[in-house]
Amino acid sequence: MESKPVALVDVNNFYASCERVFNPSLAGRPVVVLSNNDGCVVARSAEAKALGIPMGIPLFKIEKEVRQHRIAVFSSNYELYADMSNRVMTILTEFAPGIEIYSIDECFLDLRGLEHINRIAYGQEIRSRIRTWTGLTVCVGIGPSKTLAKFANHCAKKRPEFGGVCDVLTMATDTLDRIQGEIDVGEVWGIGPRISKRLREMGITTVKALRDADPNRIRKEFSVVAERTVLELRGTSCLDLEQVAPAKQQIMSSRSFGQPVHTLEELEQAVVTYTSRAAEKLRQQRSSAGALGVFIQTNPFKLNDPQYHPSTTVGLPYSSDDSRALVQAALHGLRRIFEPGFAYKKAGIVLTEIEARSDAPQDLFAPPAENQQRSRALMDVLDEINLRHGRGSIRLAGEGRPGDGWRMKRERKSPCYTTRWDEIPCARS
Amino acid sequence: MLTVSVLGACPLHLPPNAIPIGACEAGFPSPAQDYVEGQLDLNEKLIQHKEATFFVRVQGHSMTGAGIRDGDLLVVDRAMRPDLGKIVVAEIEGGLAVKTLARVNGEPYLVSENPAFRPIPIDPDAGVTIWGVVTYCIHKVAN
Repeated sequence: MESKPVALVDVNNFYASCERVFNPSLAGRPVVVLSNNDGCVVARSAEAKALGIPMGIPLFKIEKEVRQHRIAVFSSNYELYADMSNRVMTILTEFAPGIEIYSIDECFLDLRGLEHINRIAYGQEIRSRIRTWTGLTVCVGIGPSKTLAKFANHCAKKRPEFGGVCDVLTMATDTLDRIQGEIDVGEVWGIGPRISKRLREMGITTVKALRDADPNRIRKEFSVVAERTVLELRGTSCLDLEQVAPAKQQIMSSRSFGQPVHTLEELEQAVVTYTSRAAEKLRQQRSSAGALGVFIQTNPFKLNDPQYHPSTTVGLPYSSDDSRALVQAALHGLRRIFEPGFAYKKAGIVLTEIEARSDAPQDLFAPPAENQQRSRALMDVLDEINLRHGRGSIRLAGEGRPGDGWRMKRERKSPCYTTRWDEIPCARS
Repeated sequence: MLTVSVLGACPLHLPPNAIPIGACEAGFPSPAQDYVEGQLDLNEKLIQHKEATFFVRVQGHSMTGAGIRDGDLLVVDRAMRPDLGKIVVAEIEGGLAVKTLARVNGEPYLVSENPAFRPIPIDPDAGVTIWGVVTYCIHKVAN
């Protein structure tokens, strides 16, 4: 195979492992982490997986197991997971000339220029560095393409004989054939359940069978994307690392409420909060938005309740990244669509017509430049304070207070060990 | 310098230019302007490995002999090698604890700087492992 090595590093059982770093009493205990509003299991420790707790199962369905096996149950502590993720990703930048952060716990490393090194040893060094520095364990998969790096990572994770690092570039051909022949085609990166079902019907059941399939046939039966996967499995790199995440063309912020909401006032607080959050993201990527969509929804699963899910889009008089202007637009839209008499379950806003700040047209109706500078200065201060003292330290008065009923339910959240002074871990002395 | 004065409540429907902020300069330029340096940053002094550094609060009195008192704030660097003699945060009995890493009869132990506490052998199988090395202890002197 040609040598253009890519590594995929991913943290084992990321959410559950973050909880464990600061709470040693969880060692060896099964741990599960719940989705928003404490609904379903979204992450499991190895012990919880071994107990057969499936991903996505609602908490109330495993109450017996939780008691019986003393499973530790946590709400999602996004503040903690985001901070630990940043630490891991920053450490990884030291190991490669380029990285692509693929998700909160996965990262591709571009190992070009490092062809001469012992990649297995290098992978072990990455593992040891991250374990020592952060307390988290990662697995490293290395291959000549992103798809094969993903595959190698799967092997590193599932097969203990690799010791957490698997490099398909140095693997003997017959070993690779054997392993690829043992692994289901559905495990291949980019092959979803629908495609894998059809592939199986065509007799292509394993990774090896897909690798050896005729790329033309795969393109005709599926798509160019699927054909690219075949080529990538053969060691031809077709997907480059996306080192800089492209600026988002749409920013959405929406949540289900902790409990049903009936009044306009509560919806206003929720919408102001989501808009402030989205505006913060907008400023982070140095863009401004030209329009804003608002939606509210009743609970579609409550079949006996009257249903209502309106939405509307509000154009801004001029493209803006000012929380106050965006909030004003959001509230305007919300008041337009709100009807009393419904039990609302969810609300959200979408920022659209996003453009880079500097391209924003200075039209006739835009406020004078000095006002824009003032607005920017105020927003910078707002973002800076919230960055330094924790989200929501300073907020628009319309956002309401923490603990309002519509807020996300996170009753079992662990402390924000790394982002809030009053929640840092204690050490007995 | 940023000066902020409260001008009263600002309802949301005001246009974005309603809150004046920032200070304006007038008059002669400062004679010290050419000598401006960056301000001292405690992070720079106290943190060597940013990604490996965590803050921990002390609870208890077993380390007063080492100048670490109840309520102190510890800077813990997980990247630093836990050599003998270092003060460390360790996992002991399902919690975190501050101890000194020392050799007792040739074996590494976690000891307290207070004779009332007994040394604890380091034994990962018994759940005793080193979590990180304490690099600074921040003690509040005045309220």
